[in-house]
Amino acid sequence: MDPTKTARRPRILGKACGLFAAILVSLAATTPASAVDVQRVISPGGIEAWLVEDHSLPIIALSLAFSGGASVDPVGKAGLGEFVSSVIDEGAGDINSLRFQQILQDRSITMHFDAFLDTFTGRVKTLTRNKDETFDLLRLALTEPRFDQEPVERIRGQILVGLSRRANTPNDMVSAAFWQHAYPDHPYGRPRRGTAESISAITQSDLRSYAETWFAQDKLFLGVVGDISADELGPLIDRTFGDLPAKSPPIDISVEEPATNGEVIIVEHPVPQSVAIFAQQGMEREHPDFYTAYLLNHILGGGSFTSRLYNEVREERGLAYSVSTSLTPLQHSALWIGRVGTANTDVAESVELIRKEWADLRANGVTEEELESTRTNVTGAYALSLDSTTNIARTLVGLQVADLPIDYIDQRNAYFAAVTLEDMQRVAAELLDPDSLTIVIVGQPEGIEATR
Amino acid sequence: MKWLANFRAKPLIAVPLMAVTWALPLTAEAQLFDADYFTLPNGLEIVVIENHRAPIVSHMIWYKVGAADEPIGKSGIAHYFEHLMFMGTEKYAAGEFSDIVARNGGRENAFTSQDYTGYFQNIAADRLELVMELEADRMRGLTLTPEVIEPERLVIIEERRQRIESTPSGLLGEQMSAAAYTNHPYRLPIIGWAHEILNLGLDDLQTFYDKWYAPNNAVLIVAGDVDAQEVHRLATQYYGPVRSRDIPERERPIEPPHHAGSEIVMRDARVTQPSWNRRYLAPSYTSGASEHAYALQVLAQILGGGSTSRLYRNLVVQQGLMTNAGARYSAGPMDLSGFSTFFQPAGDLSIEDVLPAFRAEIDLLLEKGVALSEVTRAKQRMIDSAIYSQDSLQAAARIFGTTLASGRTVQDVQNWPEMINAVTPRQVNEAARAIFVENNATTGILLPSVAEEN
Repeated sequence: MDPTKTARRPRILGKACGLFAAILVSLAATTPASAVDVQRVISPGGIEAWLVEDHSLPIIALSLAFSGGASVDPVGKAGLGEFVSSVIDEGAGDINSLRFQQILQDRSITMHFDAFLDTFTGRVKTLTRNKDETFDLLRLALTEPRFDQEPVERIRGQILVGLSRRANTPNDMVSAAFWQHAYPDHPYGRPRRGTAESISAITQSDLRSYAETWFAQDKLFLGVVGDISADELGPLIDRTFGDLPAKSPPIDISVEEPATNGEVIIVEHPVPQSVAIFAQQGMEREHPDFYTAYLLNHILGGGSFTSRLYNEVREERGLAYSVSTSLTPLQHSALWIGRVGTANTDVAESVELIRKEWADLRANGVTEEELESTRTNVTGAYALSLDSTTNIARTLVGLQVADLPIDYIDQRNAYFAAVTLEDMQRVAAELLDPDSLTIVIVGQPEGIEATR
Repeated sequence: MKWLANFRAKPLIAVPLMAVTWALPLTAEAQLFDADYFTLPNGLEIVVIENHRAPIVSHMIWYKVGAADEPIGKSGIAHYFEHLMFMGTEKYAAGEFSDIVARNGGRENAFTSQDYTGYFQNIAADRLELVMELEADRMRGLTLTPEVIEPERLVIIEERRQRIESTPSGLLGEQMSAAAYTNHPYRLPIIGWAHEILNLGLDDLQTFYDKWYAPNNAVLIVAGDVDAQEVHRLATQYYGPVRSRDIPERERPIEPPHHAGSEIVMRDARVTQPSWNRRYLAPSYTSGASEHAYALQVLAQILGGGSTSRLYRNLVVQQGLMTNAGARYSAGPMDLSGFSTFFQPAGDLSIEDVLPAFRAEIDLLLEKGVALSEVTRAKQRMIDSAIYSQDSLQAAARIFGTTLASGRTVQDVQNWPEMINAVTPRQVNEAARAIFVENNATTGILLPSVAEEN
């Protein structure tokens, strides 16, 4: 028994009144997420979408992803995917930029695209009465984007302004420095939004080429939620995505471990508060121990008001306003990554505490009670993230990208229920590696030296 | 899939009231968004918004006290106090509230604005009773000690550094609010001035709690998979026994007429692109020439709401002078609000280069007014947004919460689409002429430091 564990949180135990005891007992019996009924829709043309019908409001939400994202930006053209995502709703087919935007606004249609590390994503939200027009506009944006000079130059200007602002914003600076350090020879190490140089070098034909190459049926994942039936959706999918090429080139990116090797990197910046990223190797999504690692992360820094780091760094000592960690599996790598904002004078102490908690979890694992309360939290809270059509549609796509089964929402609790205390101690000992924890700091930290 | 996903970690939020164009209320077809409203004998107002799409509930309590109600020289108390509400009662130790909510699969948070302070838990619908018991307990049962308030003070200082002091725009925003109001407390930052946060004592905090936290100064909003009758029963059981108290009037210093506008220029080495922001004092639903409150919302849409607004279309797309331009307005504040206009020059252009074109747009608006087609389009979009706002429990609950905590009614929420629909071009033009008064303007300009510029 580790004495620090009971000392850490003496306050939770034994004080709850009868009401809570009763509720905790009943919790395992509830399956709140089962209210979501996911249908697999295969269009006549053979394109798959996952659908949740909900006719309670006249709203339809669609979420889509193409594999690739920023990771397939060509060398020297970093930020191309992001650039495309900002300009494909600026004119398509015969419709110029102003008119395209005017139709979206007049019909109250939301259409938004992003390029993340591994995926190019889109989300669309519309009222049932404008369904056909919405899907037509989406088809045009994906298959016939115009990339006219005016919107391209306007968006280029906006991206450049955004980049220069980010180059002076501590949170963005620390991300940039971390990714560059962790993946020196890998697409993940290149700036996802590009640089002033790469953005300036991107041409209209680069934009066109990205869209023509990567928007293809074999890279597409679709989730639809709301006021539409499976019968209606099938033909609509063909009309919208049937013109995309069936095949696209393979994504040729190596699997890479992050270069997290215990270095401390400091980027000097004149701010009263330093922000730091701390990270080590994570765990891939398909790994059989992923659910165990997920619970470990929740205990360490993932549970917002209850994690060990939150209690130690914020509640006990008031060193930070925010401190958290996240298990981040990527398509070609995996990270366990955390973030803290702390006064320049307190950086050394905060980093010391974080390393100590990391080592303690590795050496001593968790208590049965921590495991149980975390398990009830992550299973019970899942339904809360499925509260709007947009969120459910995004979840449906995320599940497909991660290659999870269509009944995942119903099965998820069972995956977490199978995790044992022994699993927790074993994975904590195997995976947590305080010596490899790489720390990147932006600010004017005191009492801590850079290792390079 | 998302890049650096899940760094939520914004535990306690201070809502910068003026910066938020509060998402638009409610429905075109009111029957879609029925709410039950009742009051307990101890004065607690309750709104229930039934929504049975998922077996979850959002439970929120809003206190009718915000940063603008703080004593002079004690800025930051309302927000500090929001943090302390998690620090334990006679019944539950510090942190236990959060532990219990977490163990039951809940998510919670809190927020402070100039006009209200709110606390919420989102949780499985069958846990409503649990969070109600906890929330009712801390309404009057809080135990404040030096041991809990001191570490939290440091947390708040870090929060202030993170939100305000780490970016030039955060610092300029604070200076602009201080200049926009001569006498009204909206001039003070919600989070407080650092030196005043450092000097708030246990007595100040206890006095604040005793003065404002009571059932007859609160609104309970319950949205989700619940039955209004059952909510009434539970609320009677848990909140019912909390005794009402004498609550003072929210008397705030009144803003005098302005006889000159002001301009604040901030240079900072971290700034790479100049930006310009002008805020005019403007009426709200409950203050100033409130007859313009609905028309001003339509005006903000036409002038500066998104990619087809006048400012963006003409100055950014057609003339290519700016990378961004727009306008913002909220009718929600209890006292005088602000109508903001802003832009950022494109490329190497300076503010002086593009300001005349910006002025010309405002002059054109005041001279020729808006077209019927513009008004019709803006209104349609706004009324449609009321349908979208029903898509999430939180959005619905927040609309009712902000409205009732600011002293307005359920009917005001439900009538919103109708009121917007009734706005005419003539009313929009009158509203525009009423607010664009140079003496009421505060201009904020953010520039690179002189060396950077050269």
